[in-house]
Amino acid sequence: MPHPAPQPRTIVDKIWTDHVVTQDPGAPAVLAIDLHLIHEVTSPQAFTGLRQRGLRVRRPSQTVATADHSIPTTPRNLPMLDLQAAAQIGQLEQNCAEFGIPLHGIGSPHQGIVHVIGPQLGLTQPGMTIVCGDSHTSTHGAFGALAFGIGTSEVEMVLATQTLLQRDPKTYEVRVDGRLAPGVSSKDIILALISRIGVGGGTGHVFEYRGEAIRALTMEQRMTICNMSIEGGARAGLIAPDDTTFEYMHGRDHVPHGVGWDAAVARWRGLPTDDGAMFDKSITIDANTLEPMVTYGTNPGMGIPISAAVPAPDDEADPSARRALERALEYMDLRPGQPILGQKVDVVFVGSCTNGRISDLRLAAAALKDRRVADGVRLMVTPGSDEVKREAEREGLADIFRAAGADWRESGCSMCIAMNGDQLSPGQYAVSTSNRNFEGRQGKGGRTFLASPLTAAASAINGVVSDPRQLPGIESLAAVGGR
Amino acid sequence: MAEPFRVFTSKVVPLPAENVDTDQIVPARYLKVTDKAGLADALFRDWRFDEDGSLKDPPFILDRPGMGGRGIMLVGDNFGCGSSREHAPWALTAWGVRAILSTSYADIFRSNSLKNGVLPIVVPPQVHARLWALLDEDPDAELTIDLAEEGILLPDGSTIDFRIDPFAKQMLLAGTDELGYLLSKEHEMAAWEAAHSPRIDTVAGVR
Repeated sequence: MPHPAPQPRTIVDKIWTDHVVTQDPGAPAVLAIDLHLIHEVTSPQAFTGLRQRGLRVRRPSQTVATADHSIPTTPRNLPMLDLQAAAQIGQLEQNCAEFGIPLHGIGSPHQGIVHVIGPQLGLTQPGMTIVCGDSHTSTHGAFGALAFGIGTSEVEMVLATQTLLQRDPKTYEVRVDGRLAPGVSSKDIILALISRIGVGGGTGHVFEYRGEAIRALTMEQRMTICNMSIEGGARAGLIAPDDTTFEYMHGRDHVPHGVGWDAAVARWRGLPTDDGAMFDKSITIDANTLEPMVTYGTNPGMGIPISAAVPAPDDEADPSARRALERALEYMDLRPGQPILGQKVDVVFVGSCTNGRISDLRLAAAALKDRRVADGVRLMVTPGSDEVKREAEREGLADIFRAAGADWRESGCSMCIAMNGDQLSPGQYAVSTSNRNFEGRQGKGGRTFLASPLTAAASAINGVVSDPRQLPGIESLAAVGGR
Repeated sequence: MAEPFRVFTSKVVPLPAENVDTDQIVPARYLKVTDKAGLADALFRDWRFDEDGSLKDPPFILDRPGMGGRGIMLVGDNFGCGSSREHAPWALTAWGVRAILSTSYADIFRSNSLKNGVLPIVVPPQVHARLWALLDEDPDAELTIDLAEEGILLPDGSTIDFRIDPFAKQMLLAGTDELGYLLSKEHEMAAWEAAHSPRIDTVAGVR
C-alpha cells in the first residue's frame, strides 16, 4: 500500500509502490515486471500455454533467455548425448526465435548461468522488478532489485502481460555488524543466517541485508548472500545500492551510458531504506564471531561452524526436529558428536550461481596454486558463464586448476542440480560451493557439504573437510576475493 | 486451470516429515520434460523406488495398500521448500492430490499449487496435532473439504475452519486462472506502460 511522503520507507516498499499497475479491492496487486529471465527447464510449458491461447510475448525486449540447467559442461564441440535435454534446449531455441526473445544459448559468448549473466551484462539494475522461473533469482537483489523466483504458470503470465499478481511481501531486516575474519566469507554469513532461522524462517518475507559487514562486501560477495535467501525461506533478498554497486555496473553492456548514467545513479541513490523505516522482523548477526560454516545435513539450515561437532539427536528437545536430524545423519552416514573437520571427501565442486563467479574462482585458484588435489579426490571447477571461463583462462586460473589436477569444465549449472550427467555416485561425499544439500540433489544417494570456495579448495587439497584459516598465507589469500 | 474446485471427501495420506523440499517431490532429472503430463511416477521418486525401478521394501507411504486414490495429504511444516519447479504440483495432481494440510508451505510452492487446483490449507499447530491424532486413531478417516465455506468436516461431525487468500479462493471456485484475470487489465497495463518507459532493452545489441 502506498504511504504518504513523510513516512520512512524500506527499499522494498519503494520498489513495490513504483511497480503497482493496478489493484482491485481484496485482490493482489498487478505488479509490473522490468526484466524476465528465462531458461530451458521451466519455460517450455509456458510457451505451450501461450500458443494454446493464441497470445504473443508482450515485451520481448524486456525478456532474455539462456540455456544453463541441463547443458553438458564437457567441451562444446562434443554432441549432446542426452536426447531429452537436447530436445528441451531445441525447444527453447525455437520458442525464442518464434517469439522474438534474445537468446544467449550454447555457443554464444554470453551464455552462462542465468543469474551470472544478468549482472554481467548489466541487465540487472537497482530498483527493478526481476523474475525468473528459478528460485535463485533472489541473486539479483544484490543490486537493490526486487528479484524473485516464479513457477511456470507465472512465467506464462509474465510472457503474456509483463506483469504478475502479487501480495505485498513482509520485510525482514538482516543486520550483519562487524568485520569478517580472513578465511570467513559471505557464503559463511548466509549459511550462518540460515542455520539460525531455519529453512522456513523467512517465509512470506523479503530479506534486506544491512550493516557494516554487508557494506564491506564486493558485488559478487553480495550476490552469494542474496542468492541463498530462498534457502532461508525468503522469496527475495536485497541489498541497497551504493558506490560499490555503481562501480561494478559502470560500463557494462546494458547499463545507461553518458548523461543517462548520471541520471540513473541519481535515481538509484533514492532507493535505500529511509532512516526510521519499520521492518516486520529483524535479526542481528555479529560478523566478528563468525567462523567458516559447513553443512552436515540434508537442508541448508543444517549448518555448523567448521570447528564444531555434528549435533546429536538426543540433544534435540523437539521430537519432530529430532526425527529430522536422525534421518539426515542416517542419510549422510555421520555420527552424532563427530567433528566435521577431517571428514573424508570424494568430490569437490566449485561453481554454481552461488559461487561460480570470477572472484570465487580467483580464491579457489589462489589456494590451489603450486599445490595438488589430494589423491582419490575429484575437483570439478565449473565457471558460472562463458565470460567467466574466458576471464579465468586469461588470468591463468584455468592453468592453476589443471596443474593441481582439477577438472576444468565449460559453464553451466552442472553438479549443483545434477541434471546434465555431472553428478555424485551413491554414497559419495562432496564439499560443494553450491546452494542445496537436499537428499539426492547432486546425484541420487550423494552427500553434500555446502561451504565457501576457500573451504572447498582447502578440502580438495587435504582430501577431508578442512578449515580454510589453516591455509598458509590466509590473510593475503582472502584478500584475493576482495578484488 | 480447468475444473472448478468443488466440495470433496477423501481419506488422507500421512507424510509427517518437515521441510520436504521439491527435489524430493520431483527429482531434477525429471525436469527435462516439455509438457506437464505423466509425472505421477516421478512423484517422490527416490523415496518410492529403488534404482531398478521396483518399489522400496517396505513401500513408501504412497504405495501402501489403500493409499491409491486418496486426494488429501497431511504433511509437516514448510512443505515444498527449495526449488521453484512447478513440476511438484503437476506431479501431485497427476497422482491425485487435490488438497494438502500443513502448518506452513514454502511461498513459491504454495503459489504454484493454487495455480494447479491443489489447495494448500494452513492450520495452526494445535489443529495439525489434532489431525495427526485423528489419523493415528483411524488411518482411514475421511475428511470433507469445503472451500466455499472454508471448512473441513471431520468424521465425528465437527468442523475445522481455515482461511485462504480470498482472491485465490475466488479463482479456484470459479475454475478461472490468473492469466485470464491479468488479460482483463489491458487498459490499466497500457496506461502504465505509456507513463513508464522500459528500464531495459534486451534486444538492443550486446557488444
